[in-house]
Amino acid sequence: MKATILAIVWSVLVLVSLGAAATPPGKNANTVAAIVTNNDNADTMRVQGELRFLTNCGRCHAAPHTLPPRMMPTIVRHMRVRATITDEDMRLVLFYMTQ
Amino acid sequence: MSAVVEWGPFCTGDWKDYLGYVPRYGWIGDNCHHGEREVYELKSGTRRSPLRRWGQLSSRVPCLFISFLLALLGAETTGAQMPDPEKPVSILSGSAGYFTNVTGGQAQLNPKTSPVLLLPIGDRWLIESRGEFEGDFRRTGGTGAYAGPVNKHLDYFELDYIANRYLTVTTGRFLTPFGIFNERLYPIWIRSLQPDPLIFPIATGSSDGAMLRGGFRLDAKANMNYAAYVSVTSIGLGGVESQRLAGGRVGFFLPGPRIEAGASWQKLLQDERSNAFGFHFAWQPVRLPLNLRSEYARSFQGSGYWIEGAYRLTQVSFWQKAMRHMEIAARAQQFFIGQISYNDAQQYGLPGVSTREGDLGLNYYLHDGLKVAASYGRQFSSDGNLNLWTVGLAYRFAFPLGRLGAQ
Repeated sequence: MKATILAIVWSVLVLVSLGAAATPPGKNANTVAAIVTNNDNADTMRVQGELRFLTNCGRCHAAPHTLPPRMMPTIVRHMRVRATITDEDMRLVLFYMTQ
Repeated sequence: MSAVVEWGPFCTGDWKDYLGYVPRYGWIGDNCHHGEREVYELKSGTRRSPLRRWGQLSSRVPCLFISFLLALLGAETTGAQMPDPEKPVSILSGSAGYFTNVTGGQAQLNPKTSPVLLLPIGDRWLIESRGEFEGDFRRTGGTGAYAGPVNKHLDYFELDYIANRYLTVTTGRFLTPFGIFNERLYPIWIRSLQPDPLIFPIATGSSDGAMLRGGFRLDAKANMNYAAYVSVTSIGLGGVESQRLAGGRVGFFLPGPRIEAGASWQKLLQDERSNAFGFHFAWQPVRLPLNLRSEYARSFQGSGYWIEGAYRLTQVSFWQKAMRHMEIAARAQQFFIGQISYNDAQQYGLPGVSTREGDLGLNYYLHDGLKVAASYGRQFSSDGNLNLWTVGLAYRFAFPLGRLGAQ
């Protein structure tokens, strides 16, 4: 029974991870690259970062007051794990929060 | 230093390479010595019947499992590089609060603090821990001085390894990912209403073991997040108990309409060996400063749901200076007792009988990390109806544990 449960869980994870990884690069997680390449503009990234902050972090809490830049990567890494924020969102939020 | 210079590698191609590299996983089949044959069989039409193939699947599970771990851990080695402008510093964060609760006419003083320690190591590792110290002071017999125990609890002490953009591996003691309240809404400075939901004790708490989790973009309109974990029994040391169990959670988030929905499942591998499952839903409308959240949970202990709405009064046209700091919150909830006795339910932290409750609260944010909170609730059950009053202060703090360098 235990082996069956674990096999099911792992099988689901295999499918999920492979499915996500097999997505063509151009269609997946490349929005930031597109933004940077097309606009090459820090302002655009800040706007995107603010949007991602509101969309992800703002669901639970308000924006913190300004924190020193060396604290933000730690906090964002913590929140990436805690709130399962995507890698792309984390990077844009970090950019926004450190500017 | 300008933003562009600081984020040079981020903006000059490394970033694109980083995001653009997604490995192919064909080698998984090759490693298992099945991939080429399957391609041949598919092309030639000699593929075996599904039933026979299913019979072989059990022998492939270990192979798949190992391949899965290798694929996620080994592939995309650039996946979790941090383009940090500066090295991250360790942090002591957390919350502190002081609340007065009056439940059915009995007052309780409830000071509490939950320090959070964050220790980043390199680009991919993080040690994080949260403890909880909570006073429960009451008057004995309704007179005299307030006295009582200070409950101490280790909520989590975990080591996180960010393997790549899809996977984070966590080991140690972690918050059980069942629903959304336990992991995301529990801290007193975050929650809109201070009393816990009635169903909160179902399948939540902390687990000692290992967990795989992550969140990634499915397409431009949807993100997916998941967590799968196993926990071992831990007894004998107060404050770090856990049960032997396995479970998982999967959620989908639509960034456009800001809707999240998901499901959780947990199998207890000891005692009753029961299953628990739950659903969660959250919506934050784009045009309104409104947060709607809801959870449903069911286990042998009972079942129930809560629905909560929190509205920030930033759009109110009068007294704007005060109103923009204010939030009103309301919660409706119901709990149905399961296959356990009154005393057992109370030991789990659940109501001893089926219960309904409505709560209404008001929060005033003095600034983002400091708020005054007050709420009133009315509880209905066969045990008797109760009024629940709460008033208090919640504060969130964050201090660096190291030199911050030049600012």
